[in-house]
Formats: sequence, C-alpha cells, structure tokens
Amino acid sequence: MSKSANALTLVLAMLLLGGMNAPGSAQQMANRDTAKPAAKLGLGRAATAEEIAAWDTDVRPDGRGLPVGKGTVKQGDDLFQEKCASCHGEFGQGVGRWPVLAGGAGTLKADRPDKTVGSFWPDLSTVFDYIKRAMPYGNAQSLTNDEVYALTAYILSMNDIVKGETFELNEKNFTSIKMPNAAAFFEDDRETSEKQFWNKNPCMKDCRPAPKVTGRAMSIDVTPDGKSGPKVE
Amino acid sequence: MTDRTSAETLNRRRFLGAAGLAGAGAALSAIPALAGETAKSEALITEVQDWQRYLGDGVDKHPYGVPSKFEKNVIRRDVPWLTASAESSVNFTPLHDLDGIITPSGLCFERHHGGVAEINPADHRLMINGLVDKPLVFTMDDIKRMPRVNKVYFLECAANSGMEWRGSQLNGCQFTHGMIHNVMYTGVPLKVLLDEAGLKPNAKWLMLEGADSAGMNRSLPIEKALNDVMIAFAMNGEALRPEQGYPLRAVIPGWEGNLWVKWLRRIEAGDQPWQTREETSKYTDLLADGNSRKHTFVMDAKSVVTNPSPQAPLKHKGRNVLSGLAWSGRGTVKRVDVSMDGGRNWQTARIDGPVFDKSVVRFYVDFDWTGQELMIQSRAIDSTGYVQPSKDDLRKVRGVNSIYHNNGIQTWLVRSSGETENVEIG
Repeated sequence: MSKSANALTLVLAMLLLGGMNAPGSAQQMANRDTAKPAAKLGLGRAATAEEIAAWDTDVRPDGRGLPVGKGTVKQGDDLFQEKCASCHGEFGQGVGRWPVLAGGAGTLKADRPDKTVGSFWPDLSTVFDYIKRAMPYGNAQSLTNDEVYALTAYILSMNDIVKGETFELNEKNFTSIKMPNAAAFFEDDRETSEKQFWNKNPCMKDCRPAPKVTGRAMSIDVTPDGKSGPKVE
Repeated sequence: MTDRTSAETLNRRRFLGAAGLAGAGAALSAIPALAGETAKSEALITEVQDWQRYLGDGVDKHPYGVPSKFEKNVIRRDVPWLTASAESSVNFTPLHDLDGIITPSGLCFERHHGGVAEINPADHRLMINGLVDKPLVFTMDDIKRMPRVNKVYFLECAANSGMEWRGSQLNGCQFTHGMIHNVMYTGVPLKVLLDEAGLKPNAKWLMLEGADSAGMNRSLPIEKALNDVMIAFAMNGEALRPEQGYPLRAVIPGWEGNLWVKWLRRIEAGDQPWQTREETSKYTDLLADGNSRKHTFVMDAKSVVTNPSPQAPLKHKGRNVLSGLAWSGRGTVKRVDVSMDGGRNWQTARIDGPVFDKSVVRFYVDFDWTGQELMIQSRAIDSTGYVQPSKDDLRKVRGVNSIYHNNGIQTWLVRSSGETENVEIG
C-alpha cells in the first residue's frame, strides 16, 4: 500500500470512529473544540498567600523574586567547603564528573570549551534560583536565603567577577552584577540561519561520490562496557 | 576495512556479550531449502514438546503481566561514564528491539535531575500563580474532573545523539538515538486550567516547576501553552510511570524533552522568561563562534534505522526487513528516504501505521541482501518541507560543541558478515 493511500485509510478510519470533522493527517487537531469547556469549571480552590510564598521562590534576571538577605564571599567560602566542595571541589574545579563552577574564561571557541558559571552562564539570577531550589544535591531547599547569597557571592569570587572576601551580595546590589558571557546568547534563528535544510527536491540519484569510512564507534570503544570515555555534559 | 585488529575484535566481543547478543556475530544462516528440495525434519515438529504436553501457568501468575522470559534482554540501558550519579542521569530506550510506533511504558528512557520523586497522588497539588486573576490549587481529583483528551506524541531529549557530534562514538541505536519515546497521553489541555485561573493580558510566559528534589523549572511561551500543551496523568492507558512524572507531567508536543516537566507542581505566569539553569547553562546550543542559541525548543526532523543496527545485525542473506523511526517537532513526517550506499542513491521507504502530528512514524524497506557491504542511512522529510541534513551539513552550521539538537543523518556500516557498526563517512 502506498503511503498516501495509507494516510487516507487512517483519515477514513478516524472519520468513521467520529470526533474528526476535518480531513488531515493530524490527530491532534481533532479534540480541542470538544474538550473546551463552555464556561469556567469551578474546580480548584484559591491558593493562600502562605502557600504561594512557600513554593514561589523563583528569581528572574530583573531581580523579581529576590528575597531580602545578604552574604559575604568569606561566609560563602566557609559554607562551600562544608556543603559543596565534596562534589564541586574546593575552588569550584569539579570532582570527577561533577559540574565545574569556576574558570574556563575564553574557552568557548576552543576545541574543548569549559562551560562554567563564570565563562558561560548569562544571568546571575540563575545561580541564586538554582541553589535555592536544588542544592545541596540530595538535601535541597535546606539553605537559608542568607546562605544562598553567600554561596552566590563565593561563586562570583571564584570566577573573578567580584573581588575580595569582604564583598557582600544582597538583594539591593544583586542586579548590578553583570555576567561576562551575557551578550553571547541569542534567540533561536534556525528557520533563517538553516533555511537551506528546507528543500523541495532532495537529491535521489548519484548525489555524492562513493563514501569512505572515516570514523568508527568500535575503535573508540566507549559503548557501555568500555572502561572510559570522553567527558560530556 | 576488512582488517580488524585483535584488540578491536576483543572489544566487540565484550560489547556484544554485555548487551546480551551472544551469537550475533555468528556465521550467517544458510539459505533455506527451496521448495522442491529435500528438507531435514526438525524435532521441534516431529517430537511433542513440554509446552505441548504439560499444563502451563494459570491466570494470575502475574497479576500485572510481564514480558516473556525470552525477552529479558529488551531493557533500558545506561552509559555509566556519561554522568556523575544515577540520580542525575539518563538511560536509553532499546529502539532496536521495538516495532510499531508506541513505546511500552516500562521501556521509555529515563532522564532525572534529582532522582524519581515518589508522590502519593492524594498528596500531590498543582498550583497556578503569578499573572492570573485568581491563584488556584488543584488536587488530582480536581484535574480528573476536567474535560480530557488522548494524544500520541514523541518526547525526544535535546541531548539525543549529543555524543555523536564529533564522530561515531556509541555502537548501537539504543545509545545513539534512544533518548526518545512515543506514547499516548491522557490528560487535560493546559488552556483549560489557565482559563480557570484567568490569565492577565500581560502574561507572556509560563514557568513550569516540578516537585522533585531538582525542582526542575523551565519557561514556556504562552502561545505554545495555549496551543497544544497538555497536563497528562496517564500514558498508554494507565497511570504515568513514577519515572515519567507520576502523578502529573507536562506534555509539550514537538519540543525538547526537558520542557516536559515531570511531577508538575506549579505553573507561574509572568511577562518574561525566567532564564533558569536548564534554559541557559544547559539546553542552549554553543556554536563554533562562541555564541549560543537559546530557546531552541523545536526538535528538528530526524530518523534512524533501528534494524539493522549494531545491536541488531543482519542474520540472513536473501529476504530482509529494514525498519526505522522518523519524527518531526514541526508537524507530521511526510516521507522517509533510505540509502544503502552511504547517501549516493536514495529510495523512498514505506511508512506503515498511523501518521500523527508530532509523533514518530514507523518505516520499512523490504529488501534482498546478497551479502555485499552496505552503508545504510535514512532521512526524514516533514510537512514543512524540512529535509533531515547530513551530519557534515549540520556541523557546517553548528560546529561540534553544541551538544544538543543533533538531528544529522546516521550511517550504519553492514559488513558482509552481517555485523553492523556505527561509522562516520566522508
């Protein structure tokens, strides 16, 4: 059976089964109208201010969501050695395959880029938001806001973005700190920068010279039973 | 390419053994006796077998059924060197062992950032807050009283094939392409929930947040949220599996898997994206010039031949079935082409089974194999006219350090022995 005949059979089957009021190969068009309620359902209850405060801890680049608090590089250093260094290393260099937090400046065009908070992350708010919700690994949401400010300050210090162990980070000076790689991010542009991949008549015959094998996964030998492999994220 | 070192042979044997494929590299079967020739009788037929004489298990041996013991090698597998800990890691769907378009729930690949949250559905709450008229809290019972829909969608991790940017690395489509699954979801259109809370006019983005120990959070443009996003509580007709977000997950059709927040506990409406860890430091595409694309949500058209492939070599000369999967985050798969000679010449494959929007399709090429070396490739063409590019064409635009969104054409080299391996060609 040809593909188009197959698709037609499917459409006919869906019509017979009901629920499909327009032809087309997309199932997903079918149900939106029927699933849309005529009016509000009256389900759910009002969220309390206390509940929203408990869960809504997120922080945005413009500073929205930052709690009142403060912490110095020195305080962050002490906390980091106690709660973070076992995975991230004393200076954020990373232990084993755990994430490297510091260094890597100027490597993004290199053969093996080192994507750290300092070399890569565009927004400082991301550091606060993530530590607050997910760190320390295995004991999430156990840090106070002051501790998160202090750890964020220490990570900035390790990346030479702030200087001196007395530097204090707080909700007032937070948004004044700019990350070195912030300007290097841009919105998805694939539909213009890769428009050559839309091609009405892809080649079917004699499309290229006879290919030669230039690389083999077996010779790299990192498939599961392999002993080691390159580092990836 | 015929001379292989003894070390490579040893490595290959180790891999095949580990993957439960003992015998896969054995000699090809003889061409079976043709009609009219004398065939040798098989004891399997001439003698009564145990299962024909004795009673088998009664009902309820397995109140929840399990696959045959002869299918014990059909499992998810991980790549231990990829990640630092199993709780923040990934495993891979055994694509080479599956057919049709639906992935069995227990074989859907897993990706967690803080382990699998274990949540009693009676204790689960979904909050909607931020730029809404009325912040709300829903129970699972509330959600199951809403109008529901059933949709089949693929979920592909943005890092699927991410290890293959620089060249062939992992020897098996389970590992090169197994961060995808295709499931029928039951749930509620997100628009229904948002309408209950009442979006304010300046709500342009949502932040979805999980209840797991990673507190996974991602920003989602409101246009997508109101279009086809759903909040699902069931997959393949039963409750979500714990590792897939039980009791509630987001379904973001055609967009990268990381957005499909599992154990969904909160949706906040805002006027700009949050720039969370997973949408800035991860899941952005670093290009060769040092700049990075962000918000690369859509998964481009892609395909892979699942049989033959390194874990499923050719075992017979003569008649064979080439099989594979194709998908596109931009719509439906319109056509799949297959090459047996490394992309010199192409033929259009036969798609069989349902062709749904933002779902995988299954394709086949029924072919005769005389034992010659093959370089098998497939390319997907979607409903927008996008043609899956070669790896070289993709690298020309993206470089080799983007990690994510590698949808380049895969090449499998089939040797005259039937053995199949992941190769790079030039």
